[in-house]
Amino acid sequence: MGILTTLILLPLAGAVFILFIPAKNSAWIRRTALAATAAVLGTAGALVYCFDPTQPYLQFVEKVPWIASFNVWYFVGVDGLSLGLVFLTALLGLLACVASFTIERRQKEYFIFYLILMAGMLGTFLAQDLFLFYNFWEIVLVPMYFLIGIWGGPKREYAAIKLFLYTLAGSVLMLVGILALYFHAAPHTFDMVELAKTSRGFDLPLQMFLFLAFFLAFAIKVPIFPFHTWLPDAHVEAPTPISVLLAGVLLKMGGYGFLRISFPFFPEAARTFAYPLMVLGVINIIYGACVAMAQEDFKKMIAYSSVSHMGFVLVGLASLNLTGWNGAILEMFNHGIITGGMFLLVGVLYDRAHTRELSRFGGIAAPMPVYAFFLTVFSLASLGLPGLSGFVGEFLSLLGAFAAAPTMTMIAAGGLILTAGYFLYIIQRVLLGPLNPEAVPYPEINRREIFTLVPLLAITLVVGIFPELVLRFQETAVTVLMHIVRRG
Amino acid sequence: MVHLIAVFPFLAFVINILFGRRLRGASAWISIAASIGSFLLSVAAFQGLRSGQGSYNLGTWLTIHGVPLNFGVLVDPLSVMMLLVVTIVATLIKIYSVGYMRGDSRYSRYFAYISLFTASMLGLILSDNFVMLYIFWEGVGLCSYLLIAFWFERPAAARAGLKAFLTTRIGDTGFLIGIFLLFFATKNLHFDHLGAAIASAGPQEGLLIAAAILIFLGAIGKSAQFPLHVWLPDAMEGPTAVSALIHAATMVAAGVYLVARCYVLFMAYPVCLQVVAVIGAISALMAASIATVNNDIKRILAYSTISQLGLMMLGLGVGGYTAGTFHLMTHAFFKALLFLCAGSVIHALHTQDIRKMGGLLPHMKVTGWTLIIGMLAIAGVPPFSGFWSKDEILVQAWSGHPVLFGCAVLTSLLTAFYMSRLVFLVLFGKPRSEFHAHESPRTMSIPLMILAVLAVFSGFLGSPFLHHAFQKFIFFSPEHGGEGGEAHPLNYSIMLLSALISLAGIGLAYVLYIRQNKILPEGLRRMFTPLYKLLLNKYYIDEIYEAVIVKPCLAVCRWLSGFDCFVIDGLVNAAARFFQFLSLAVRPVQTGLIQNYVLIQVMGVVVLIVVLFFGIAGFSRVG
Repeated sequence: MGILTTLILLPLAGAVFILFIPAKNSAWIRRTALAATAAVLGTAGALVYCFDPTQPYLQFVEKVPWIASFNVWYFVGVDGLSLGLVFLTALLGLLACVASFTIERRQKEYFIFYLILMAGMLGTFLAQDLFLFYNFWEIVLVPMYFLIGIWGGPKREYAAIKLFLYTLAGSVLMLVGILALYFHAAPHTFDMVELAKTSRGFDLPLQMFLFLAFFLAFAIKVPIFPFHTWLPDAHVEAPTPISVLLAGVLLKMGGYGFLRISFPFFPEAARTFAYPLMVLGVINIIYGACVAMAQEDFKKMIAYSSVSHMGFVLVGLASLNLTGWNGAILEMFNHGIITGGMFLLVGVLYDRAHTRELSRFGGIAAPMPVYAFFLTVFSLASLGLPGLSGFVGEFLSLLGAFAAAPTMTMIAAGGLILTAGYFLYIIQRVLLGPLNPEAVPYPEINRREIFTLVPLLAITLVVGIFPELVLRFQETAVTVLMHIVRRG
Repeated sequence: MVHLIAVFPFLAFVINILFGRRLRGASAWISIAASIGSFLLSVAAFQGLRSGQGSYNLGTWLTIHGVPLNFGVLVDPLSVMMLLVVTIVATLIKIYSVGYMRGDSRYSRYFAYISLFTASMLGLILSDNFVMLYIFWEGVGLCSYLLIAFWFERPAAARAGLKAFLTTRIGDTGFLIGIFLLFFATKNLHFDHLGAAIASAGPQEGLLIAAAILIFLGAIGKSAQFPLHVWLPDAMEGPTAVSALIHAATMVAAGVYLVARCYVLFMAYPVCLQVVAVIGAISALMAASIATVNNDIKRILAYSTISQLGLMMLGLGVGGYTAGTFHLMTHAFFKALLFLCAGSVIHALHTQDIRKMGGLLPHMKVTGWTLIIGMLAIAGVPPFSGFWSKDEILVQAWSGHPVLFGCAVLTSLLTAFYMSRLVFLVLFGKPRSEFHAHESPRTMSIPLMILAVLAVFSGFLGSPFLHHAFQKFIFFSPEHGGEGGEAHPLNYSIMLLSALISLAGIGLAYVLYIRQNKILPEGLRRMFTPLYKLLLNKYYIDEIYEAVIVKPCLAVCRWLSGFDCFVIDGLVNAAARFFQFLSLAVRPVQTGLIQNYVLIQVMGVVVLIVVLFFGIAGFSRVG
């Protein structure tokens, strides 16, 4: 059994193990979940360590026939496009697991669903067989539905159903696309490496049709305006750790889809649609930032900030050049780290205040200086302060985009001002000013909470100063991919 | 070695932020020791200049299209001059802060921030390419934000911090796009590559001009020039020592430094120089006129900073590379001095309103006399430092720029007037409110005295007495059309004019505020009521921005939020309801009664038989 299969099976093994622990024994349930997620992170760390960044193709490949009559394979592999996301999933998986210790109701089911979710997310990033990919893609939805629907806030059922149906509706056309690809391949196959080679030869109308078929599924996940309204609802209702995974990992599945399927499979269509995609990205940036500015709910504000930040990913992808793509992939990683931290911080405050209304806070920096420090640093990273990781991704994305569409990029850069506006507004309303009489001095952020934030903070700082540390893992793969997209 | 200049204060920041609460009082001395270390290294760098200048590389930050963006260190006369100024002023202000911030509940936090500021500022100066400079540029902006909002319990301070960050961010975004343009056009972002880039620009000239103006937009924001100047007066909500260091002597001068740093670019395209000069002139006049009626001691100084920075820009814009940078240096000393004096006065009186002061000189001798020295320096009275540097700017403007020259002269007159108004109202006359003034502690008065010495003598560096040593040290190389370190022949008439103007300003203030001994001469006020109101309200620029930019922007945000909620999400929910409705229409079929199902089944079979029978019959007929 290879390292990638281990990665997918570890959380599942944890889930099975928890099945046999009595529901009352919460200590052991937590310990098992923690052990499983820690093992995943350890394995992911080993994977990063053993990964050869100079090699552009799939590594650690495992390929076993699964449903031989339809030529379906269990085919997993990792390359520079997915390595960062796999590591991100593993890291946020562990930290959100620690943050889940505050969950008190029905812990057994919670952690089982949680671990299945992790397996699904990891599988999505590792699968190299389209049938397998589709399975993982859809598996993710099921535990997500329950995690929001059972452990969420007051409107949890509405939010959970909305998330489920919306994303499911998006995937239907993807299924059609997958089947079309399958039947167009000379020996019918789901092998993504083979399919990419065949589909590159399709004529433009077919490429465009298939691109659009996949587009809806990915656009909803990213989310791209106007398919984003499931996100604020899901975020506001989801418990803190699930919000972390939702923003940190789930949204990246959309961006990853573009990189893994849309662009290499249908390069001609991608070039045709690059400009509309750029425009959508700019709309995401500006529209998301504007709507975020008007929010009164802390969590909703961060949710819309994700819409805005994913716009930078789109803009970078649509640039169709190396700088933009490197920026987009880095921005996905950074957004996972930073926004993951932001959601943890919202959760810390919510656990104390039991409200997320921004008007109910104020002056909290005085009783909670350490909390104030973390919130300030993560906000600054979000608004793209140089020296912190958020800046590097945005800088590269915009620089790449500038070469492709200067006017659009200038409008997008205006988003930097808006972003600074609402993040500073958050700091002002939550931390600064006189202590809101409604807000009883809350207890300072505790050690467990700090533990979940410190790794994210460290990565934000290190990547901001030494971005090459992350970029070097993706550069080779991106270069080869770009060559294909530009030429094919 | 030279990069350690920025590393020392950064270490002080790390130590203070991590262990500040345990260090207490020691945190200040760690910070001071770090900047003294930086100062000594800067002196060493100055010495080292003789053996040659140049840049060296510490490592690569990013590689774009095979173009490395390095952590590069640039040592040349301009950067060394800035290093010396910043380290001297920073050290003195940190010593001053020991007394000024005593007893503050976030004492070590203050020294942590101010160390981080020093580190970023020194990093900015040492950067050898645009991206590094931009990174530190934002770093100093962050520290400025943190320190303006240092007393964050006060809503005004929190608001001022946000305003400063956002206003400068507008300029910075322009700066960033300028960098993109430059990279797009030249594929190289090093300062020393600019000359070659211009030489080979050819058809891309337009791009470079646009880049230069966008880069200047960043300088407008940082140096609080019109129209992005609105943040600086509000920034006075921060501790006064911060106002002295960041919002007067060093950070706000970064914009001027930036223009000087890529002067090749501006020099190559006269239109860019014109933009710089005009913006500088507008800012200089506008701010000086506002300062003549303001009553807040710190805000008067803030407007005076905008005005003086405008003069520097004007100087650079009329081709006076040396003049602009020379004024940058002298201004750093006397403006820091003026702010620290103001801080000392505020420390003693707990008010910032000059209408409530008066007759302070006998009570606060050191503060009083150093304040007078600072005033004489900024007013440009010979032989104080401001005289020499302002004279350089006037001389430059005189050659071919009559309108700009007029602006500079008028600004000088106003400057002498409002500064002596301040001094007369604060130090002379009778006390206009109850107070028990006392001199400030040693840690505060000694930095005042040192800065006073610098305010008097630093101008001599560029005077004929020292054979124009400054001009021979910092000059713009003649190969790009610069003045090349040659001192101009002395222009005695301009010198005389400049001296007379400052004396006239002081005389006018003397007549109005000492002889008439009124805060606001009644007759004047009646005569110029509309103008007075316009100035008192700072030309209503804040109000205009609020009405034209801020409010509409927020309204659009709110409108979009409603649109998102009701239209976009409304459509999603409508789609859901549509399918729900469809299901309602079909649902009655599922009655759950066996009889109904059997009935439908039988009917179906009948229909099928009929269709099959007649269908086949039909086919056979055709066949």
